[in-house]
Amino acid sequence: MEVSKLAQSKKQRFYMRTAILAVLVVAIVFTVYSNLNKEKNAVLQVGDKAPDFVLVDMDGTERRLSDYKGQGVFLNFWGTWCKPCAKEMPAMDNQYAEFTDKGVQTLAINIGESDLKVNSFLNRYGLTFPIAIDRNKSVMESYNIDPLPTTFLVNPEGKIEKIIKGEMTEEDIANFMDQIKPS
Amino acid sequence: MDMASLSSTLLFIAFVAYLIATFLFGGAVKSSNTQTTKSFDRWGKLAITVTILGFIANIGYFITRWIAAGHAPVSNLFEFTTAFGMMVVGAFILIYFIYKTPALGLFALPIAVLIIAYASMFPTEITPLIPALKSYWLTIHVITAAMGEAILAISAVAGFIYLLKNIDLTKKSKERFWIEAVMYVLVLVVGFVVSTLSFSLADYSAEYSYISKDETEHNIEYTMPALFGMNESVAITEGALDPLIEMPPLVNAKKLTTVVWSILIGSVIYLLLRLILRKRLATVLQPLTKKSNSQLMDEIGYRSVLIGFPVFTLGALIFAMIWAHEAWSRFWGWDPKEVWALITFLFYAVFLHLRLSKGWEGKKSAWIALIGFIIIMFNLIAVNLILAGLHSYA
Amino acid sequence: MDKIVCTCGNVNPAGTELCESCGRPLNDETKEKKIVDMRYEGSARRSQTYNKTIIDKVWNFFSSVKVGMWIIVAILVAAAIGTILPQVFYVPATNETDIAAYYERIYGTFGTLYYQLGLSDLYSSWWFQGLVGMLGISLVIASLDRVIPLYKSLKKQKTKRHISFLKRQRVYGIGKADVSEESLLKAEEKLKELKYNVKREGNAILAERGRFSRWGPYVNHLGLIIFLFGVMLRALPGFYVDETMWLREGETLYVPETHGYFLESKEFIYETYSKEESKEVYGEAIDRVGTIAKNYQTDVALYKGPEGAVAGHTEDLTFEKEASIQVNKPIKFDNFSVFQMDFRLDELATMTFQLQDKQTQQSFGEFTIDLADPQPIYELNDGYKVEVMDYYADFTGFEEGVPQSQSPLPNNPAFLIKMYSPEFPKGETSFVMIKETVEPLGENQHKIAFQSVETRDVSGLTVRKDLTLPLLALGGLIFMIGVAQGAYWNHRRIWIQLLEDGQTVIAAHTNKNWLSVKRDLDKVTDVAHLPKYLDQQDIDSLEEKVDKVEGV
Repeated sequence: MEVSKLAQSKKQRFYMRTAILAVLVVAIVFTVYSNLNKEKNAVLQVGDKAPDFVLVDMDGTERRLSDYKGQGVFLNFWGTWCKPCAKEMPAMDNQYAEFTDKGVQTLAINIGESDLKVNSFLNRYGLTFPIAIDRNKSVMESYNIDPLPTTFLVNPEGKIEKIIKGEMTEEDIANFMDQIKPS
Repeated sequence: MDMASLSSTLLFIAFVAYLIATFLFGGAVKSSNTQTTKSFDRWGKLAITVTILGFIANIGYFITRWIAAGHAPVSNLFEFTTAFGMMVVGAFILIYFIYKTPALGLFALPIAVLIIAYASMFPTEITPLIPALKSYWLTIHVITAAMGEAILAISAVAGFIYLLKNIDLTKKSKERFWIEAVMYVLVLVVGFVVSTLSFSLADYSAEYSYISKDETEHNIEYTMPALFGMNESVAITEGALDPLIEMPPLVNAKKLTTVVWSILIGSVIYLLLRLILRKRLATVLQPLTKKSNSQLMDEIGYRSVLIGFPVFTLGALIFAMIWAHEAWSRFWGWDPKEVWALITFLFYAVFLHLRLSKGWEGKKSAWIALIGFIIIMFNLIAVNLILAGLHSYA
Repeated sequence: MDKIVCTCGNVNPAGTELCESCGRPLNDETKEKKIVDMRYEGSARRSQTYNKTIIDKVWNFFSSVKVGMWIIVAILVAAAIGTILPQVFYVPATNETDIAAYYERIYGTFGTLYYQLGLSDLYSSWWFQGLVGMLGISLVIASLDRVIPLYKSLKKQKTKRHISFLKRQRVYGIGKADVSEESLLKAEEKLKELKYNVKREGNAILAERGRFSRWGPYVNHLGLIIFLFGVMLRALPGFYVDETMWLREGETLYVPETHGYFLESKEFIYETYSKEESKEVYGEAIDRVGTIAKNYQTDVALYKGPEGAVAGHTEDLTFEKEASIQVNKPIKFDNFSVFQMDFRLDELATMTFQLQDKQTQQSFGEFTIDLADPQPIYELNDGYKVEVMDYYADFTGFEEGVPQSQSPLPNNPAFLIKMYSPEFPKGETSFVMIKETVEPLGENQHKIAFQSVETRDVSGLTVRKDLTLPLLALGGLIFMIGVAQGAYWNHRRIWIQLLEDGQTVIAAHTNKNWLSVKRDLDKVTDVAHLPKYLDQQDIDSLEEKVDKVEGV
């Protein structure tokens, strides 16, 4: 009986030690791993719910992301000083005309510039899609925008389908819009 | 007399008192054996009295300067180092009243004197506080940290006495080499003080212009003959010495010049001493330690770490973190000074753990205490002067 | 594994060196020692007794103090290496290539090597964090492994200890002193007076004081574990926010990550010490250094958006409070703190111009352009007006005839302007830059003459939330309590026994501070006439005594 008791306590100790070590190691590995990936975690990721926002566009219409539930939203962040932004704008305008009836909305969000500057820009390029100014940079902050341009594809469920950093060609834009077309 | 000059006078009085007390402790050490307790009593009492008087004058300096400046006098390298010197004396007095060992005074006081002399080589005028330092945490953090470091320093003094007594200086050994190296470094500090003082008495000054690492032109004033020149340096002062060697922009040639002059003059002093005494400096001092009890020195070494470690942790880490959180928005930022405080903490943590193991008492422990003091002095002085960081305001 | 049964009948766990009850040495190695190792009361640390499976081996590895010390030394050395050159977060560059270039440019080959070895971002490297993690494991396991057996053996210790235990204590004395029951009572009384906890068992006395200091190390280790746990928590989302924002005077911006708070900068204040206004004693320092900064301050108003408002919502902001953010004085709200960290002075805010006749310089009116919000039309007197057609905040030149701006910051403002006058109802076009005007469509009769500027300052603010702080504070507090407990108190024990052969034994042990226990013993010896004791480790005194005995 002594022997079996001893064996049992030995077994218990083994489980105890294994459990303690496992908890410690898992906690540490998790911490080190997530610290190494901190920068990546800080920003929104594909699959996350796109943060809701409301902005008034240059025509005075209120644009609220959640109002477009059931439609795809092509969300472009830009600035007038940013050359790649300016380059992709006309292409976006073309595709906007193409896709707006297919249930894909386009919205370009300018980062805190003046009305005058944005108006002169859209007049120069003859842009027709909705453009809004994020005056206190709160939308930019909630989408962690860096660099410009950055484009978010929001699918009809309101989830982020894709994040594109940098310039797109017209072909890219067409493909991306097609990707978030409601079926 | 206004507060500021009263303050300087008091510091000078303290300085002289510590020098006198050192000799009195010398007398106490010489006469301290069982037969002549009376004479020991007389010398010892006199020595500690003079020390305490000096310490009171020192505290007087601290308070008057505090009043004059309107903030605790711990805001630049001179003030901080002086405060540290004062606290070494304070820590010594504390330990003396526990263990009554005159030998400790004989070695602790000269160290304090050297520290204060060293401090006085930096600009000593009262400076107003920059925004980052405007906080009552300046007072709390710096004073507590310095107190902790001072008590830890006593451990090194005890260790030094232990080593001097127990190392066989008649035979060639690594220990004999290193204990002499410690003596040499102490003489180099004297070299720094002597060289700075003599050039400043001679009123030496030469201005140069140079190109810094961000490729802009600046002027710099040398107070010692330029051995090393800044990057692309050109003399402005007429008749100024052309630097012997020009340094790349990364190196601060002015500081390097100061260091090299200190080493040169320190080495000359050391060689002169060796020539005159015809003995190693350690050998000269060894007889003064003959009468101290090794076991007691070992215990003082351990005990002062035990007393100093919590104070140091509180001041240099915990208070530091609280302040850093208020001033720099984060409690920890891997600034070199922070890192070196952590290193000091870890080092003494190792010391304390080692004391638990057999065989780490005596000499080994004494050497570690000495290394600990080197780390403290490195953090106190070198980090501000050499490593770039948020603490390099001095 | 077998238990060890001592002569006194106590059953000790395997690996025990000194019987938990009577103190007899239980193995040959211990028997040979002149002074016993009292570190853990000679109890069996569990780690040393079982060494079968891989788990046991890993466990034992982390249980070792030696291993723990090597981990500390490794962290210490690594930390020191990290201070040789500035770490990446102190380097004025943001992307990898710039950072690499910076290290090479400033520190040459050594800098490149330092960067490539990853030493420039040492503290966030996986291996450094791994080392700290290992220290954490070591703290947990080493403490668990020691505190339990120590607790048990201190609880079990008997008042009456065997002579073989007593004579191996560092402080020990034996003699045929004239000790009677009465002197034992006197000793007992004196020890109680010295705040000892005294136990009596027949002819044996055990006096003990400050046992709780033995728990100090474990308490401080617990504090460290809590602290490290708090640091670990920051890796979880939501516990920690660290953002920066640049806020211009007059601007209201969303405070990043705060979900609905806005800050408006009313004013940025930068002050330096002047010789006239500050204390006289500062004069010398101001003369030597030149400018000494006195204050960096942003006066702000804090607003909160309506509950549940989404990003972009700029209406119905409710005013929360006004505050002056200074260095060392952050504004605090809802777990967030916003700190004054940086500033840029004198960014252009408005520019004032006159519409003038080029020849006569006669003015037809003045207008002021707010660079943050330029208006399309500025109406002047008597039918004169100015139309701003376009605005280039950071003008860099023309590309294929088109003016370019490299950023939205008004570093070098330029305007494309049409001047309307009764003479030119269709307008004259002018391109106005700082100190220069281009007339792209031919010679004009009127010009835009620059009058004055107003500038504004930009505050660099850091937004911080750290929900782990209470836990870190708790860890720090427990650590300090533990360290003080272990360092400022000590566990003293004094054993006094009347042996059967009429001799009296005294022995004493303390985990630190031998001076105090000897002093206590002296006081007791004085009143109770106990035999003289020796410090068996004090070689100097022993030699002195030998000298005296031999008559040297």
